[in-house]
Amino acid sequence: MEWITRNLPYLMAGVSVGGQYALIAIGYTMVYGILRLINFAHGDIFMVAGLIMVYAVTAMPIYIAIPLMILVTVFLGFMVERVAYKPLRSAPRMSIMISAIGVSYLLQNMALYVTGGLSQQYPTIPWISDTVTLFGATTKRVTLITPVLTIVLVVALVLLIKKTKIGMAMRAASRDFETSQLMGIKINSVISMTFIIGTFLAAVGSLLFFTNYTGVTPTAGAMPGLKAFVAAVFGGIGSIPGAVIGAFIIGICENIIKGLGWTTFSDAFTFALLIVILIAKPTGLFGEKVTDKV
Amino acid sequence: MSNKTKMAWNVGLIVALLATLFILEQILPSGSMFFTVLKKGAIYALVAVSMNLLNGFTGLFSLGQAGFMLLGAYAYAILTIPVESRGSVYQYFDGGIIQFTVPVPVALIAGGLLAAVFAFLIGLPVLRLKSDYLAIATLGFAEIIRAVFQWDKLGPITNGSNLLRNFPSFRSVLYPFVVSGICIALIVLLINSTYGRAFKAIRDDEIAAEAMGINLAHHKRLAFVISSFFAGVSGGLLAMYQTTIQASMFKSAMTYEILLIVVIGGIGSVTGSCISSFLFIACSEWWLRFLDNENLYIGGFHVPFLRPGFRKVVFAIVIMVMVLFYRQGIMGTKEFSIEGIRKFLKTRFGRKKAVEGGGSHE
Repeated sequence: MEWITRNLPYLMAGVSVGGQYALIAIGYTMVYGILRLINFAHGDIFMVAGLIMVYAVTAMPIYIAIPLMILVTVFLGFMVERVAYKPLRSAPRMSIMISAIGVSYLLQNMALYVTGGLSQQYPTIPWISDTVTLFGATTKRVTLITPVLTIVLVVALVLLIKKTKIGMAMRAASRDFETSQLMGIKINSVISMTFIIGTFLAAVGSLLFFTNYTGVTPTAGAMPGLKAFVAAVFGGIGSIPGAVIGAFIIGICENIIKGLGWTTFSDAFTFALLIVILIAKPTGLFGEKVTDKV
Repeated sequence: MSNKTKMAWNVGLIVALLATLFILEQILPSGSMFFTVLKKGAIYALVAVSMNLLNGFTGLFSLGQAGFMLLGAYAYAILTIPVESRGSVYQYFDGGIIQFTVPVPVALIAGGLLAAVFAFLIGLPVLRLKSDYLAIATLGFAEIIRAVFQWDKLGPITNGSNLLRNFPSFRSVLYPFVVSGICIALIVLLINSTYGRAFKAIRDDEIAAEAMGINLAHHKRLAFVISSFFAGVSGGLLAMYQTTIQASMFKSAMTYEILLIVVIGGIGSVTGSCISSFLFIACSEWWLRFLDNENLYIGGFHVPFLRPGFRKVVFAIVIMVMVLFYRQGIMGTKEFSIEGIRKFLKTRFGRKKAVEGGGSHE
């Protein structure tokens, strides 16, 4: 029992961080599934969502600020795809990836310009920032809400993909991009929809993530972004349940490592895990095997 | 033009360039922005060319350059901090455990070799991966290296996450030019050799290259190790230029910058990488500085939006435009050469000359 009370905070933090990574990871895995693109800008969109929230609450009450933040972030994600990725659709894959790195560079520099390089205090959101006690461990309520909210959103998303028409179009596009176009699927609207869903989840994720931290800096999105991508690869890129499970595993492991006093290596561990999984099982836990045709 | 005259032209050009730099250094004040750009530009040119060797010539999309630069920079710094000032640098670690120094060139090469050894070890598992998986795995390794170097337990060697300083640096702008120049020349020789042709074959079509009898694993590893060696050397030079180093400098953002330099110069062009690294550094450090000035007036009109950081936004937008609309970069896959200029001039002005000269061709 004593062991539980001592380690519970780390475990809870791990589950919570895992949920936040999961929300970001879905954006990566869906985009990769369809476009075969590592959207390096996704982590920065997540950071921009945090900054929008910071500035929005100074001008309006919080119950307007949150939907507005989500709306603006989704619009940003949509625009990034239209401006930076769509013109390169027929270009080699590396060009799109370089474009994604360029967008990431642009968003970080814009954030640097707007914030002046200072860390911006993230607003306290009532109710979810309250402190609660569970089995003798005190934590913020957001820690408990995150996994629940994540699961709910993921179930909704899976239903959307399995049951609706647009979901079917997405599955078709990720199976075979060109053939699905021939079958009359409007590929551009499918891709836009993918980005909209991805950025929506990232915006929700940022709301939960930054509540746990004191501030938002222009580079705050880079690390969570990379880790979420690792989670997506770990779970098998293109697979949504895989990304979620991968994210929870990474979040929990990372916090256990922190709990053991190896904080320096919590980031390194994630990448070590990535390399191990890429060598042992390149398709990830739930990925489908792809064979190269000559 | 025969090979001999070409050679003579190139040597002449290089000597002229170095002489110009030497004279400029005597004339201009040493604090001039011009020299900052030249020094940093030369260092970035080397690392950009080393990245181009991988990304542009071998087709291995690697994003580990910052990690290898870190290794080179640390190896250089650790091996050259004078023994008497180690006490103050390693103040939390009783002066560290390394109590000797080696000459600067040896330390630079040692930095390169350390990076190469790490590249060999990392390459064993990672080079089996393809395209974007390779990119993300190398990026991950760079992050791991950074974390390890910041580790307290390694403090007696790496000084933990504290600054390393007091190591020898260079004064003259000629130093980075000569070192980078030699390294880039070596890379060019490699690219023009049998190995270089094998690299290009791998880039163009792996399966066809393998069918032609090229050992894929061996050549990929070779390209990776050599590229990392030169990245390590440039890391050492960067340490010399900056006079202090810290592991937290070598973030993935640094790799992205180098990648953007390579892209702007043209993936697969050595001279393109060199030109674009000077342009990139000049723009980011010097030419666009005025955009950071809040009180800029053009004929009484207060230019809006200008404040610190605006330069980088404009710069990033320019880069995005380049990436989207000039995918070839400045040089494409062509090289800048005397021969090229001659041909260009000939096609431009040749006909006119021919008419004047009475219709006879050269």
